[in-house]
Amino acid sequence: MTILQIRNLSIALPKGADRPHAVEDVSLELAAGEILCIVGESGSGKSMSANALMGLLPEGVRPVKGSITYQGRDLLQADEGDLRALRGRDIGMIFQEPLSALNPLMRIGAQIAEVFEAHRLLTPVARQSRALELLHEVGLPDPKKAIRAYPFQLSGGQRQRVMIAMALALEPKVLIADEPTTALDVTTQAQILKLIEDLRRKRNMAVIFITHDFGVVADIADRVIVMQHGRIVEEGPARDVLLHARHPYTQKLIAAIPGPGGEAKDDKQGAPAILRVRGLNKIYKTGGGLFSSPRVVHAVNDMTFDLHTGETIGIVGESGSGKSTAGRCLVRLVAPDSGRVEMAGVDMASLSGADLRANRRRIQMIFQDPYSSLNPRSTIGRILTEGPVSYGTPRAEALARARELLELVGLDASAVTRYPHEFSGGQRQRVGIARALALQPDIIIADEAVSALDVSIQAQVLDLLADLKRQLNLSMLFITHDLRVAAQVCDRIIVMKQGRVVEMGSADTVLTAPEHDYTRALLEAIPGRDYERALKDATGVPACQS
Amino acid sequence: MIRFILARLLKAAVILMAILVLNFFLIHAAPGDPAAVMAGEAGATDEQFIADLRARFGLDQPLSTQLWLYIKGAAQLDLGYSYRQNMPVAQLILDRLPATLLLTLTAFVISIVLGVVAGVLAASRQGGWGDTLISAVAMIFYATPLFWIALMASLLFSVVLGWLPGFGYETIGANYTGLVRGLDIARHLILPATTLGLFFTAIYMRMTRASMLEVSRLDFVKTARAKGLRPGVIQRRHILRNALLPVITLAGLQAGQIVGGAVLTETVFAWPGIGRLMFDAINQRDYNVLLGVFFVSAAMVLLFNLITDILYVVVDPRIRIRS
Repeated sequence: MTILQIRNLSIALPKGADRPHAVEDVSLELAAGEILCIVGESGSGKSMSANALMGLLPEGVRPVKGSITYQGRDLLQADEGDLRALRGRDIGMIFQEPLSALNPLMRIGAQIAEVFEAHRLLTPVARQSRALELLHEVGLPDPKKAIRAYPFQLSGGQRQRVMIAMALALEPKVLIADEPTTALDVTTQAQILKLIEDLRRKRNMAVIFITHDFGVVADIADRVIVMQHGRIVEEGPARDVLLHARHPYTQKLIAAIPGPGGEAKDDKQGAPAILRVRGLNKIYKTGGGLFSSPRVVHAVNDMTFDLHTGETIGIVGESGSGKSTAGRCLVRLVAPDSGRVEMAGVDMASLSGADLRANRRRIQMIFQDPYSSLNPRSTIGRILTEGPVSYGTPRAEALARARELLELVGLDASAVTRYPHEFSGGQRQRVGIARALALQPDIIIADEAVSALDVSIQAQVLDLLADLKRQLNLSMLFITHDLRVAAQVCDRIIVMKQGRVVEMGSADTVLTAPEHDYTRALLEAIPGRDYERALKDATGVPACQS
Repeated sequence: MIRFILARLLKAAVILMAILVLNFFLIHAAPGDPAAVMAGEAGATDEQFIADLRARFGLDQPLSTQLWLYIKGAAQLDLGYSYRQNMPVAQLILDRLPATLLLTLTAFVISIVLGVVAGVLAASRQGGWGDTLISAVAMIFYATPLFWIALMASLLFSVVLGWLPGFGYETIGANYTGLVRGLDIARHLILPATTLGLFFTAIYMRMTRASMLEVSRLDFVKTARAKGLRPGVIQRRHILRNALLPVITLAGLQAGQIVGGAVLTETVFAWPGIGRLMFDAINQRDYNVLLGVFFVSAAMVLLFNLITDILYVVVDPRIRIRS
């Protein structure tokens, strides 16, 4: 039974946008109890379509054509009061970033109770007890405590459960989930996906699930819609689209899914160790003041490993596992509390002042967010030459080198005179890579360097890193939360949990025959594992190499 | 919470001590010898007379001894003696402190309340003529010198219209008591407090407006809309409360300026507060009074800061629970 129908929907963008329409001529149907996945990269119009359903389009963006029919009424013609009555009651919504989606100054209980209040249902006392039941239903460990908590006191997964509780409060017939697991760790993602699946079954609720991750699609979708540049390019039952994609864009997205295999793994253990880390420790003390004792977190606990010349090691773990802190200790953005970080006989961990500055260039970093890691007021040329010039390279020579580097990372040399905002996310990350290379480092540390990118862009940047590694014989530490990405580029993998190294070994061994329970749990939680096998059977090649 | 306040009080005491010492040295680093100035004004340049004056004020003691005596005195709220007014400095200041506190606190409240209300109105009419009008009026008050607003307000409401008294703290010679006296003081307070408050309103208005617009773009506001809440509820409960956080921070920083602004306002409206006292003390080189006024106004700024800090903690659970 169809409960929601979109016909020929077009949504106009404000003047001056990069295209006239965010969404063009989109039609879809949603049946009760169905999970419909809308897949696409950033800017494909998938979120806009969902926001239009709720009448929650950003300012200046408005539907110009088509209809959205729900229970015999066209929502595009409904007035604000009617839409308000529908929101929360008939259509619930959850968002990508569960921290920013909750009001930081209100208790969880009050935020859930608000849903009833908005629709003038129940007494204040009944609202609280219903909120408690909902928190119980979405599986929060201690609902009584959670209801009194503020959002910052909960973890990312717990916050997303709260969001779901809130969206389900009035038992809506449709749930819109806009990238609800993108900001979560893979194990938490698996739990949230299972929760949504269970709730849908129990309540016969229809779900519109927006995502860019085909693994997630494979795990939960009944039907799939693929969007590109505001248009629907492919549509069909999940199995058909996933295994027999017809449109080239869908095929490209599926091909870009990182999977086991990837680069041929070399055993570089015979090469000399370029970096020796011994007993590295970093302890964070937070809070604490005149009258209170601080909270102590052992962010990196006794880490020891060798990185060999030309080798790539992946450091994998969930948020809070200490993987980023470890990287920052090695580059000395953070001073470790104890341990040795030896590079060609020099202990980086104990250097200071001029000695440290002289050695810094030997180990460089690529950061996660290509938007905030480039100075918006500097030209690309300046960004690339600043480092070498400060080490005494003449400016003209540094600039010539910058032009070479830009071509090396696949950009045009003329980019030196342009500013970061003129480039896309993937191009900026290329600039970030060029910047790291400009100092001719011995080692590169890539901290979640592809996590913020769309999957097709991610695949391109990973290819670039693999190329550079071969060409320049780079030694690299690749910090990531994504085991699939690690599998693609790394020779060896280190798995971290709560500051400790729980497993270390060749990438193939760690991924196919993990020894530690935690590694197994991480692998189990990767969405779409069965799908990757099925795809391999159907096409004869693993996802990443097609 | 109590721990937090105690810790803040302790810090405030340390800062106050530092200010005390700094002021002491600043005054003594200024060229000129108060004893010589006094002797000169008395028409005597006799060395013996100057030496006598020095001995009487303790100015012949080594600087460290003078400082020690001053700190010891200050700790017992003895801020020295004004030889100009023949009164202990502490007494002089205490007599005038209530008037200043009344003026600055009222102006503080007026500026924040008006600023926030105007900011909310402007933000909800972003880009419209209401927004432009509110911003323009607020900026006119901010861009005009404070003393000029004070003079014009006095001229208009007191001299031309005759609605309000233009100077003083209460009607002299009326000898009102109780409620009648309170109302009389309130009538006298309206002009100086509003003038001082309006000057600072623009800052809070701009900050509230910017902050409201920023918060209204955040995700949780969309969540609130997705719940089906009414726009008014969303604005009050979700946007305004979050938008007030930076306004509170600003208020703490502004407190110092409002105490400074009080000096001018008190002078124009002949308001018998410590601002007036300071103005007179500078003209008369009454160093002990100056030191005392500096000390007390520093203490007031610290007090305002403490109040805003506590307010911040009350409003923001992230700080309340972590501290």
